[in-house]
Order: sequence, then C-alpha cells, then structure tokens
Amino acid sequence: MKNEMTLAFDSLSENEGFARVAVAAFVTRLNPTLEEVADIRTAVSEAVTNAIIHGYPDGVHTVVVRAVLHEETVELWITDEGVGMEDVKQAMEPLYTSRPELERSGMGFMFMEAFMDQVEVQSSPGVGTTVYMKKRIKQDAAGQED
Amino acid sequence: MDWMELRGNRLVVRLPAELDHHHTEVIRLEVDRLVTEHPVDELEFDFSETVFMDSAGIGMLIGRYKVMHALGGTVRVIHMDGQIRRILSLSGVGKLIHLEEEAV
Repeated sequence: MKNEMTLAFDSLSENEGFARVAVAAFVTRLNPTLEEVADIRTAVSEAVTNAIIHGYPDGVHTVVVRAVLHEETVELWITDEGVGMEDVKQAMEPLYTSRPELERSGMGFMFMEAFMDQVEVQSSPGVGTTVYMKKRIKQDAAGQED
Repeated sequence: MDWMELRGNRLVVRLPAELDHHHTEVIRLEVDRLVTEHPVDELEFDFSETVFMDSAGIGMLIGRYKVMHALGGTVRVIHMDGQIRRILSLSGVGKLIHLEEEAV
C-alpha cells in the first residue's frame, strides 16, 4: 500500500534538522534498521541543505520534501524553485563545490549516493532543482526467512 | 562558551547533538577566534554528545585542519558513535586529522 506525505517549509538552516527528523519518523512505518534510518537522515540533510544554501542563496523561499512509501522502498523528492544549475554532472562530482568560502566539503552528493540506492538530479537555471532519491528498506527480522 | 575549554595548549570543543550546516558556522567562528588569540597547538573535537553529522561537519573539520596546519598544530577527533564513524570514514578526512580508534 502506498503512503505519501509532503512537507513545505522556509529555507532556513534551522529547518534542516526538522526536515530529516520528519522524514525519518515517516519512514519508521517500513520498520527500517537504525542504520537505514541514519542513511536516510543524512541523505535528506544533504539535499535540503543544498536547496537552502545553493538553491536559494538570497532570501527565504520554500523547500518542498515529498516522500512516498511503498511496501519495501521509500522515494524522496527534495525540490526548490531557486537558481538551478547549468551543469548537474559537475555539481555531483566528489569534492566539487560552488561555494568554497562557506567551507562546503563537496561531499554532499557523494553521501547521498553512498546511502541511497538511486539518486537523480533535475535542474534548470532560473527554474530550480529537484533531487530524487530511492532506497529499499530491507526491514527487520520479523517476517523474513532466517 | 561553555562548550569550549582551554587546557594549556589544547583546546577541547564539545560538539552539539546535531552537527549540520545550521550549527557549524558558530563553531567555526568561535574556534578560529580562540586558536588565533591563544597559543593552541592541539585542537580536539569531542563527539560524546553528537548523534548526527553530515557533510557540513566534514567541511568544518577540514577547515579547522587547514587553520591548525597553518599554525603548526594538529586536530583530533574523539568519542564518535557509529553513524559519525561511517561519515568520517567515507569522507577520508582521517588522512588529515587523527581519529580516535574504536573502543573494543
């Protein structure tokens, strides 16, 4: 059975914690392991922080997080309607950052790709960016063969 | 700053529960101020209270490594839990700063 939620919040850094906690709470319906929850929290934090810092470098605007639970997978969309990117490939390269003065490590997409099964980015300059991520939740021992 | 403590030439920084971009900015400013105002040659980050870190924390650690390296000092990281260890190890930051070994 599908179960879906959407969060829309201001692009304030204090909402980074709110977004990852809310998504982690929603995903608990799938009985994820602690490690799977930690993976999702980190991936959400990276995508939401990117939207806040890079999507909306000026002013406060809206970030939207949509999560869809299926039987054994979670799908996430993190969307901003900010500045967008010309070159998504370059942005996803490990250690690349457009804002070195902010001490960005350039590891955000690396962590998203390490912790999720699938990461896709759609972006257009002046239109905004959506990060799509998918992860299979293996579920805990109950109901599985052992 | 009750989360920072000077012990001789060592500065101990107790990190917050959630080390994300929202929290790294003030840490960076305060740590950089202290290590340039005092003769600090060892900067120690204590993760005892920290349950979450993302790439913003890695950026903050690498930035502090650069500052301490320029000052001729070192950086070490202690008391990390499982999630923090995974992030640290994926990042490769162990090449620059000393990571406390896991307790057995």
